[in-house]
Amino acid sequence: MQKITADMLIEKAVSLLEAGTISRVLGWKKGEFDYDVTPYVFADAESLKKDFVFDDFCGANFSKYLVAETRKAEGKVLVFLKPCDTYSFNQLLTEHRFDREAVYAVGIPCEGMADINKIKEITGDGISSLTSKGDKIVVDTIYDGEKEVDFASVLAERCVSCKSKKHVAYDELMGDEGDITDSARFDEVAQLEAMTEDERFAFWQSQLSKCIRCNACRDICPACTCEKCVFENPESPVENKAISDSFEEKMFHIIRAFHVAGRCTDCGECSRVCPQNIPLHLLNRKFIKDINSFYGEYQAGAEVGSRAPLVDYTTEDIEPGEAVMKGEGENA
Amino acid sequence: MQVNGEYKPLIVAFCCNWCSYAGADLAGNNRLAYPENVKIIKVPCSCRVNPMFILRAFQRGADGVIICGCHPGDCHYTSGNYYTRRRMSLLFSMLNFLGIEKERTRVEWVSAAEGAKFAATMNEFTEAVAALGENKRLEDLRCKR
Ligand code: SF4
Ligand code: SF4
Ligand code: FES
Repeated sequence: MQKITADMLIEKAVSLLEAGTISRVLGWKKGEFDYDVTPYVFADAESLKKDFVFDDFCGANFSKYLVAETRKAEGKVLVFLKPCDTYSFNQLLTEHRFDREAVYAVGIPCEGMADINKIKEITGDGISSLTSKGDKIVVDTIYDGEKEVDFASVLAERCVSCKSKKHVAYDELMGDEGDITDSARFDEVAQLEAMTEDERFAFWQSQLSKCIRCNACRDICPACTCEKCVFENPESPVENKAISDSFEEKMFHIIRAFHVAGRCTDCGECSRVCPQNIPLHLLNRKFIKDINSFYGEYQAGAEVGSRAPLVDYTTEDIEPGEAVMKGEGENA
Repeated sequence: MQVNGEYKPLIVAFCCNWCSYAGADLAGNNRLAYPENVKIIKVPCSCRVNPMFILRAFQRGADGVIICGCHPGDCHYTSGNYYTRRRMSLLFSMLNFLGIEKERTRVEWVSAAEGAKFAATMNEFTEAVAALGENKRLEDLRCKR
């Protein structure tokens, strides 16, 4: 359960609106169900009081929404940022994707977000309401009544391996500042590296063939803000899902992950939105792990203006042949 | 690639205009033999090679892809090949992570004076790819007739 409540955030937003510091609020709006919270721009106190929510299902990272929203109207946009969101925020600033002056950022603490799919695995479908109570979530279902799940057991993957509870950007901070955490986020990547080529191929084939090419992973990604995309070119053979063939899947996923390599902050949004539950974070983390091992530790978004590893070099860099061996793991 | 029912590895070699392409030329002038199924694509600099080019080459039937550029420090555009080196290190490591045989991709620095190295590299690479058999993992059935 979150330490900070929706009421506290509403109060903050309303006072900033009244003081004229901001003109609108980017926040989470109640959805049809308790778990499908929707990003929304609130313009006044009434709508905030009516629809603004903040709970264990507010995973959405708003940084990318700022790119479009800051261009729409005069005045500052208030945005609430969880610690991991602030990395994306900085990365977008580094890439000059929005005007810092057009934003008022409030850092908020986060206790980790719940993954509705994990809850459904335990309770089954037909969830009519979700209520957080301490370290439990009470789930009401239409088929067999009320059930309780442990919050810790339904924590989203990216929150289980959270890299930081520390905000790296804000104008104002609510609650206490956390620390950069020691996460085991590369463990799964290392397990795959330790497999044989054939096993890895089989693993990825089974994962990527589930992809329906909805492009949600691309659309949500805060590192991915081009206004024209190669995957929209009807002349390319990878504009849509190709049913006959698996090449399109691999092309899409390799290019998607590669073009954010060195800029991906590991925010985990891509895996969160994937309707097919493809572990996209493993592709991103492979790049991050390789970058750390080849060129030294680098965390995208940790500071504004840092130079991404792929637009940088040293004359002593590792050769591709050796890199591939090293990338296969100290395990190999 | 199948030619008359027989497997012949098709190699696509991206060669930079200033060093490696001239190296290939020199190999020719010196009558140094390298397999005829090495198809050279001339690029202004090794860093012109976008990851998409490599995937497209595999898609269209290549069994191996090699990128050749000037030696580090000698790039005609000063630093192009340093970027190539980083990009290809990460890309090839990713391809291997996806289970694509690491012997199918390579980067080699070949200067304009190294005709012999060019021929030897191509012979060796073609042999390595021949041993792997046809590229199945990055093929596109739509491109095969
Ligand atoms: S690739 Fe995924 S984890 Fe990385 S920045 Fe984009 S959405 Fe976040
Ligand atoms: S979100 Fe999932 S299903 Fe949709 S394109 Fe991305 S990987 Fe494929
Ligand atoms: S010109 Fe040869 S690698 Fe840049």
